[in-house]
Amino acid sequence: MGKKILTEHISDPNLHKLEVYQQHGGYASLEKALKKMTPDEIVEEVKKSGLRGRGGAGFPTGMKWGFIDKKSDNPHYLVCNADEGEPGTFKDRYLMQCNPHALIEGMILASYALNANKAYIYIRGELYYVLRILEKAIAEAYAKGFLGENILGSGFSLDLYVHPGAGAYICGEETALIESLEGKRGNPRLKPPFPAVSGLYNCPTVVNNVETLATIPWIVNHGSEEYAKIGIGRSTGTKLISASGHINHPGIYEIELGVTVDEFLNSDQYCGGVREGHSLKAVIAGGSSVPVLPADLILKTKAGEDRLMTYESLSDGGFESGTMLGSGGFIVMDETTCIVRNTMNFARFYRHESCGQCSPCREGTSWMEKILARFEYGGAQAEDIELLVDISKNIEGNTICPLGDAAAWPVASAIRHFRDEFEEHIRRNGCYFE
Amino acid sequence: MIKLTIDNIEVEVEEGTTILNAARKIGGKVVPPAMCYYSKLDCSGGKCRVCLVKVAQSSAKDPRPMPKLVASCSTMAQDGMVVQNITSPEVLEARKAIVEFLLLNHPLDCPVCDQAGECDLQDLAYSFGSENTRSREERSVHKQEDIGPYIQLNKNRCILCYRCINTANQLTDQRVHGMLFRGDHAEISTYIEKSVENDFSGNIIDVCPVGALTDKTSRFKSRVWFTKPYDAHRECPKCNGKVVLWMKGNEVLRVTAPKDKNGEVEHFICNECRFEKKEVSDWKIDGPRTIERTSVISLNHYTNIDKLNKEEK
Repeated sequence: MGKKILTEHISDPNLHKLEVYQQHGGYASLEKALKKMTPDEIVEEVKKSGLRGRGGAGFPTGMKWGFIDKKSDNPHYLVCNADEGEPGTFKDRYLMQCNPHALIEGMILASYALNANKAYIYIRGELYYVLRILEKAIAEAYAKGFLGENILGSGFSLDLYVHPGAGAYICGEETALIESLEGKRGNPRLKPPFPAVSGLYNCPTVVNNVETLATIPWIVNHGSEEYAKIGIGRSTGTKLISASGHINHPGIYEIELGVTVDEFLNSDQYCGGVREGHSLKAVIAGGSSVPVLPADLILKTKAGEDRLMTYESLSDGGFESGTMLGSGGFIVMDETTCIVRNTMNFARFYRHESCGQCSPCREGTSWMEKILARFEYGGAQAEDIELLVDISKNIEGNTICPLGDAAAWPVASAIRHFRDEFEEHIRRNGCYFE
Repeated sequence: MIKLTIDNIEVEVEEGTTILNAARKIGGKVVPPAMCYYSKLDCSGGKCRVCLVKVAQSSAKDPRPMPKLVASCSTMAQDGMVVQNITSPEVLEARKAIVEFLLLNHPLDCPVCDQAGECDLQDLAYSFGSENTRSREERSVHKQEDIGPYIQLNKNRCILCYRCINTANQLTDQRVHGMLFRGDHAEISTYIEKSVENDFSGNIIDVCPVGALTDKTSRFKSRVWFTKPYDAHRECPKCNGKVVLWMKGNEVLRVTAPKDKNGEVEHFICNECRFEKKEVSDWKIDGPRTIERTSVISLNHYTNIDKLNKEEK
C-alpha cells in the first residue's frame, strides 16, 4: 500500500467531527503556520513541494499562488472549486463528505499564505447534503476559534462561506465560477486578466480544487521535502483516482503518483482487474474530457515503456498516442462497450453544458452530437468521419474556455483509435453492440 | 506609444489599444471582422471568435509566438508585436470554420430579411465563408416572442453576440431582456414575455449585426438598397437629434443613427427620433450621406450614390 495523505483516517466514520479529526492530528498545522511561519514561507513550501492543481489542468499550485497581485490595494480572496461535475470524477465529494475538516484546515492555511480574509467554497448544487456537512464543520471550527477573528491569537482573521452552484458544469471553469459566485450568469471570462490579478469582485483571487487545498495541511506539517519524496519527477505527492466502469472494485483510491497503470488496473489493492470473462478495450484516464486510449496504448507508451499514473507519463506521445491525468476519473471499458455510443454520450453532455457564449463551442458541440447520433442510430455516411475530425479541429483552441477543447478531444481521440468501429457503424447503418 | 506590425504593416498606437483597434487604425483589408465587439459598448467582444488572429511574436521583450489564435478585439497590442491576419492561412481557415458555425443554425432567410444588404453576417459569409454547407441536420428553431410595438425580434437569426444586452446595460437603468438557457438553445429573451420599452431601446436594432432585431415601423417596406440615406437633424430634448433618414422618394421609410466606417453608430439616438418622426417636415435634411460599407449587395448601389453626390455638387 502506498502512502496515504488525504484518506489516512477516512475509514473512521466520525472523521467529519472536529474532535475526532483533532485526535488524528488535525488542525495541528495551524499552530505551526500562523505563529511560526510567514505567509511567504508557506507559499515557498508549497512551491518546493511540487504540488500541482488536482482539478484537471495540473498547474503548479505554488506558482499560481505566486501570481497573486500583492501590490493591489484590494482585498484578496481564496475560492475553493468544489463544483465537481466531470463525468467519471467523484473524488471531491467523497473527500468533503468524509473529511471536511481537511479542506477547512487547508483553506485556513492557504488564506493565510495569500493574505485573504474571506474565502468561499463553491460547491456543486447537487451536493446539498455535503454542503450541510461542510456548514456543520465550519460552525465547529468557528466555535473552536479556528475561523473568525484573530485565529489562535495570531492576529489573522478569516471568514469562510459555502456557496452552492445551480447545476451548471461550466461553473467549474474558474472564471465562470467567479461570475456565478458574484451572482451573474456563469459565462467564462476572457483571459487575461487572470483571476490572480482580477478575479472575484475584480480583486486578486486564487481558485483551487478541493483536493489541492486538503493537501496543504500535510505539507505544512511534514515539510515540502517529505512531500516531494512521494511520486516521480514533476508529479509529486498522492492523487485521488475515481475508478469506475467494468472493473472488479470500482471506487476511490489514493495512489502515490508513479504507480504503473497496469498495477492500478489489475492489482487487488486498487481496481482488481477487468471483470471476469471480459477483456480490456479502452480506458479514459482522467475524466470524460481527456482523450480515450485503447488497451495497448494505456498500458504501454508508444515507445514500449510502462505507462505510469503521472502527469508526464500519461501525456507521453502527445494526443497521437497519449492522454492526460486530468482530474483522475479513471473509466475502464471492456469489449462489450460501444465506443461510438460512449462518445455520443459525452458529446451530448458537452452540448448540454456549453454556456453558449462563443460560437465554435455552442454550434460545434451540438453539431458533433447530431452526427454521432446518426452513427449510433443509422444514417451516417462515409464522409461524416472526416467531418467529425474537422469539426473537432475547428473547435479546439478557438474557444474562450477549455470546455470547447474538452468536447473536441474525446471525439477526435475516439476516431483516431477506433476508426474501424465508426466505419462498421456506417456499414451496418447503426449500432451493432448489445 | 507602442509599435506593432499587422500583416507586415507597421502601426503606432497608444498603450492599452487592442489589436483590432490598431488594425482599424491601418484600415482596409487587414481589419479583422467583428461580430460581437462594439467599440462604443463596454465589455463587448471576445464571443464570436471571427476576429481571431495569429500572434507570431508576442512583444519585443518576449519574441515567442502565442500558442493559440487570439481574439484581436480583446487582446492588447504590445510593443514589437507581430500579428498575422489575412496573411496567415491558419487564421483564414479558422475564420472559415467560425463562419460555418455561425451559419449552421442560421435560417438563411435573407430574401425576406430586412437586414439583407447591411448585414454583417452576410458580408462575413461572402468574404470568408464557403458556398456549400456540410451540415445535413435540421436547423434549430426557437419559439418567437413579441417584445413590443417597435422592435421585431427574430431569435432564429440571432448569433448571440450579446451586443443588445450590453447596450441595454449601458443606456438604461433597467434591462428587461437577456440571455436565457445555455448552449445551442441559448436565446435572447425577456422573462417572461415583457415588452422592451424605454426611451433608448431602439438602439439595440442598430447594434445588432444580423437581422435578429429589426425596426417594426419600417418592416417589409423596402429593400435597403432601394432607399437613399440622408443626413438629417432636429431639435430633440432627449438625444442630439442627428440621424440618417432612409428615404424612397419623399417618404421617410426608416430612421437610424449615423454609422461610422466600422459600421458602428456614432452616437445613440432616442426612440422618438427613430420611430415617431416619419415625415420629411419633422427633419432638417443636411444632404446625402456617403455610406462606407463593403457589402456585396450594397456596394454597387452606394458607389452610384457617390457619383450622384458629385454630380449634385
